Amino acid sequence: MEFHKPRTWPEALAIKAEHPDATPIAGGTDVMVELNFDVHRPDVLIDLTEIAELREWFTVDGRYRVGSGVPYARIIDELGATLPGLAMASRTVGSPQIRNRGTVGGNLGAASPAGDAHPPLLAAGAEIEVASVRGTRLIPADEFYTGVKRNAMEPDELIAAFHISPADGPQQFAKIGTRNAMVIAVCSFGLALHPSTRTVGTGVGSAAPTPRRAADAEAFIAGELDWDSPLPLRDSVKRRFGELVAQSASPIDDVRGTAGYRQHALSVMARRTLGWAWDEYRRNR
Amino acid sequence: MYDSGQEPVRDNENRLSRRRVLGSGALLGAATAVGTTVGVGSGHGDPAGPEVLGAGGVDITLRVNGRDRALRVEPRVTLLDALRERLDLTGTKKGCDQGACGACTVLVDGERVNACLTLAIMVRDKEITTIEGLARGDRLSPVQEAFLDRDAFQCGYCTPGQIVSATALIAEGHTRSAEEIREWMSGNICRCAAYPNIVAAIEDVAR
Ligand SMILES: Cc1cc2nc3c(=O)[nH]c(=O)nc-3n(C[C@H](O)[C@H](O)[C@H](O)COP(=O)(O)OP(=O)(O)OC[C@H]3O[C@@H](n4cnc5c(N)ncnc54)[C@H](O)[C@@H]3O)c2cc1C
Ligand code: FES
Ligand code: FES
Repeated sequence: MEFHKPRTWPEALAIKAEHPDATPIAGGTDVMVELNFDVHRPDVLIDLTEIAELREWFTVDGRYRVGSGVPYARIIDELGATLPGLAMASRTVGSPQIRNRGTVGGNLGAASPAGDAHPPLLAAGAEIEVASVRGTRLIPADEFYTGVKRNAMEPDELIAAFHISPADGPQQFAKIGTRNAMVIAVCSFGLALHPSTRTVGTGVGSAAPTPRRAADAEAFIAGELDWDSPLPLRDSVKRRFGELVAQSASPIDDVRGTAGYRQHALSVMARRTLGWAWDEYRRNR
Repeated sequence: MYDSGQEPVRDNENRLSRRRVLGSGALLGAATAVGTTVGVGSGHGDPAGPEVLGAGGVDITLRVNGRDRALRVEPRVTLLDALRERLDLTGTKKGCDQGACGACTVLVDGERVNACLTLAIMVRDKEITTIEGLARGDRLSPVQEAFLDRDAFQCGYCTPGQIVSATALIAEGHTRSAEEIREWMSGNICRCAAYPNIVAAIEDVAR
């Protein structure tokens, strides 16, 4: 295994162009498990941790551009108030040790359907900035995930950052697992209320080959909410929302849970997170 | 990098030079300027260029517990194996080798990380602290003392990781309640379930 340590972003892109099969390593919390257990023997490893711009975040036209290498611990500490949904999800990732190292960029690179960053990125309408020596492009989150552990990147591309709007309303994240720490989600759900556009964003995790939005549920609830004189939500509305979220999934039976359980759990999480978020919206008006 | 207030550059606008990697070996990087397109990152103009370490052994120096230690590793060797197998620092334990148990917890520049998920070559310029580095001569650290006082172990296998993790947790200030301590110690598993005593020991030091 050859080890490359670019010190600048252009260097990293040049190396990736020359070695499209190379494995980038950021926090290493996915890559190292594969190395240790010989799941994967990369010929070339590209260490991205020296590249300063991947570890920065700043605002561009009111949106946040967060470098792919910002670890979860910093997302929680530094961006918790602006990106509450992503911060809630980040708090559930692994353990303090994992959160000190693991990054959203790595979560996107791995593109596991169970990755916890995906539902909040989908719900907030984030875009992923990928780059190669050929140029840079922004991929909407809901076009980024293309299959089980597959994403829309070309072999010569690397993830530079994600772009996300600061929360314009309450956001929620819920995850089902066997304990509170260090669990891969049995299924998960992210929700974002967008009062500025009078829409609701969703993201369903670990219940389909890819993380995905629940488009029918989003359309349904957008028609039900009265943003100007918000009343408590009727149970029937919450229930219907939950059903539609569950229907958007296509889960499988596996060691972590059955398809039926996942669908049931999703409808419950969707119902509850919607209730919590809407109550918060009503309180804050 | 963008100026704030600007749209991200999406296509062929910037022409930045890049360095080409010519082969393996330490510190290669000929300054062949090739026109490329990148939207982000202006580079730092580091004259050294990217570093390439070959597939064979690499001579490295790790700064462990305040001492520089020279060793030869293959690039794929973890910090955990480097500490245990090469530097004879066997206090750091291997439980799972996949980040899930915390037995291998060490401090890298003061931050707790799983040594099993860290490549030795990626922490060459860092300050590494293991369980062996916490005591001052024969004087145990406060956390070590408290673990003894509270009998915070049975078999002791998880203990070095627990103590290193607890040392970081106290420095982080996550000790306002027993619940908070439990939450922030969740990366360290104890098969003997000494948890109540571990929490008590941490509370003693935090108080
Ligand atoms: C004990 C344990 C618990 C975990 N718990 C959770 C959990 O609760 N929730 C969860 O979602 N995940 C969890 N994970 C998985 C992992 O921590 C996350 O997926 C994390 O986000 C990976 O980030 P990283 O920086 O460590 O990625 P790395 O391991 O460095 O990389 C992951 C993948 O992304 C690629 N990659 C990294 N950076 C880039 C880039 N800039 N451009 C292109 N590709 C890139 C790598 O090549 C690799 O394929 C856990 C892992 C462990 C070991
Ligand atoms: S050995 Fe590293 S976490 Fe278990
Ligand atoms: S004391 Fe035995 S594993 Fe913790």
